[in-house]
Amino acid sequence: MAGSGRGAWLPHAVLLAGLAVVLFPVYVAFVASSLSLRDILDAPMTLIPGPGLFANYRAALTAGGPGTSGVGVGLMMANSLFMALAIAVGKIAISLPSAYAVVFFRFPLRRLCFWMIFVTLMLPVEVRIIPTYKVAADLRLVDTYAGLALPLIASATATLLFRQFFLTIPDELAEAAKLDGAGPWRFFVWVAIPLSRTNIAALFVILFIYGWNQYLWPLLVTDSPGMTTIVIGIRQMIGNGDAETAWHLVMATALLAILPPVIVVLAMQRWFVAGLIEPEK
Amino acid sequence: MYFPGRLLPALLLTPQLAVTIVFFFWPAAQALVLSVRREDAFGLSTHFVGWGNFAAIFADPAYLASVAVSFLFSFAVAVLALVPGLLFAVMADRVVRGAAFYKAVLLLPYAIAPAIAGVLWLFLFNPSFGIVGSGLRRLGVDWDYLLNGRQALLLVILAAAWKQIGYNFLFFLAGLQAIPRSLLEAAALDGANSRRRFWRITFPLLAPTSFFLLVVNIVYAFFDTFGIIQNVTQGGPGQATEILVYKVWYDGVVGLDLGGSAAQSVILMAIVVALTAIQFRFVERRVHYG
Repeated sequence: MAGSGRGAWLPHAVLLAGLAVVLFPVYVAFVASSLSLRDILDAPMTLIPGPGLFANYRAALTAGGPGTSGVGVGLMMANSLFMALAIAVGKIAISLPSAYAVVFFRFPLRRLCFWMIFVTLMLPVEVRIIPTYKVAADLRLVDTYAGLALPLIASATATLLFRQFFLTIPDELAEAAKLDGAGPWRFFVWVAIPLSRTNIAALFVILFIYGWNQYLWPLLVTDSPGMTTIVIGIRQMIGNGDAETAWHLVMATALLAILPPVIVVLAMQRWFVAGLIEPEK
Repeated sequence: MYFPGRLLPALLLTPQLAVTIVFFFWPAAQALVLSVRREDAFGLSTHFVGWGNFAAIFADPAYLASVAVSFLFSFAVAVLALVPGLLFAVMADRVVRGAAFYKAVLLLPYAIAPAIAGVLWLFLFNPSFGIVGSGLRRLGVDWDYLLNGRQALLLVILAAAWKQIGYNFLFFLAGLQAIPRSLLEAAALDGANSRRRFWRITFPLLAPTSFFLLVVNIVYAFFDTFGIIQNVTQGGPGQATEILVYKVWYDGVVGLDLGGSAAQSVILMAIVVALTAIQFRFVERRVHYG
């Protein structure tokens, strides 16, 4: 159907405009991260990368910038990586068993358990932020890695996805396993989990991005400079957002904050797209 | 087919239920309790005030202004993220060469944190050194989002919408590719031109996807944009960009008005529940189309 001669250039023109819209802010940040602060403030800023690229990134990675109390972006990235992995792995690890339990067993209060998990789908941590902070403080989780990750693990998205997938596993498979003498635990470990690996991969990407990009919760629950995540570190470096800000370091840090989730999305694009679109079908 | 037994399912459910109760039900209950109590002047004790906090919130012009800003912001973000998303998806559905490349690049903003998207746009639009902001001033536009509330709102809307385009693009493209080619070919044989085919066949068949995305985008704009607001405008100038999630945080953490902030949390929870209920209605409708 596509491209009958005359209009064939139009889709490409529109898509190229789309690419420009998407890439322009990132490109400008990249150029700024290779310039000196003086060159950036001398408007209009050039759009040709300068010679300071490696020096700026090295300075940001090792020493951070004004406002970060000497904490380098390298440590911040490690913190972010830990938070993202803990959220992604933790959520998958608690969701697989709970989804398996509600699908493959009948026990009293099953529906109640399911609904208790299901309602958490609706309420992002942002809307109950102060009480959640209070709970974390009561449990002495403020400024700990556990405090950073645990409250964000409490949500139902992964459980619902695995539940939907488990419902599609044919009965015959479970019957056959039973005849072969496999109990529910062996069926879970040797059949249900391996069959879910595409879903696990998709969820991992989505949750990794969700975790890496968290802002409000880490802002509240971390205090000491050594616990700063990279997204929070940028906030500290910006300060008032005026000319005093070390914009060359801010932009280097912004690109370092963008890089890991982008790599994860591009590397795992196929699974990620399937996982993002399938669950609501 | 079900396995027998009670102990194993109980053990399997325990981790998730424990995390959910501690970090979800407990705080949600505390929000409800706090929302009907008020601290005394010294912050030493609280007393029951019933609907007092809610009455105070709805009598507060600052809160009502924040409600108005939130709705304006959310709808603007949803429209500005949905229309280009649909346009790029329709175009990407037509191209053969380079489709994978376009798709990969258009998806990029999805991976970028809202707070970082805010920083990128703030940097572009800074009135004194931003490449777009200073350019606008040289063209004679009086651009200064630090002083002009409308411009500030426009800037956070653009940043928030930019981040969401890739997500919408992806869903629209999947929706388009699910439309049977034979349907469009039959219409073409009947003499319908491409514009007519789009509005009479493609667009109606995309309606369920569009409704779904509309709700998702509004939820995103309401709850996931805190980082954009804080990095770009801090809710200002004045209150021009103070959306509800920002106000909950500000009143609770900076203003230390725990009762008022908790009552705002309860109102936000009600909004999310309503939006989720709407979403489920439309997800059900999807099934009928599918």
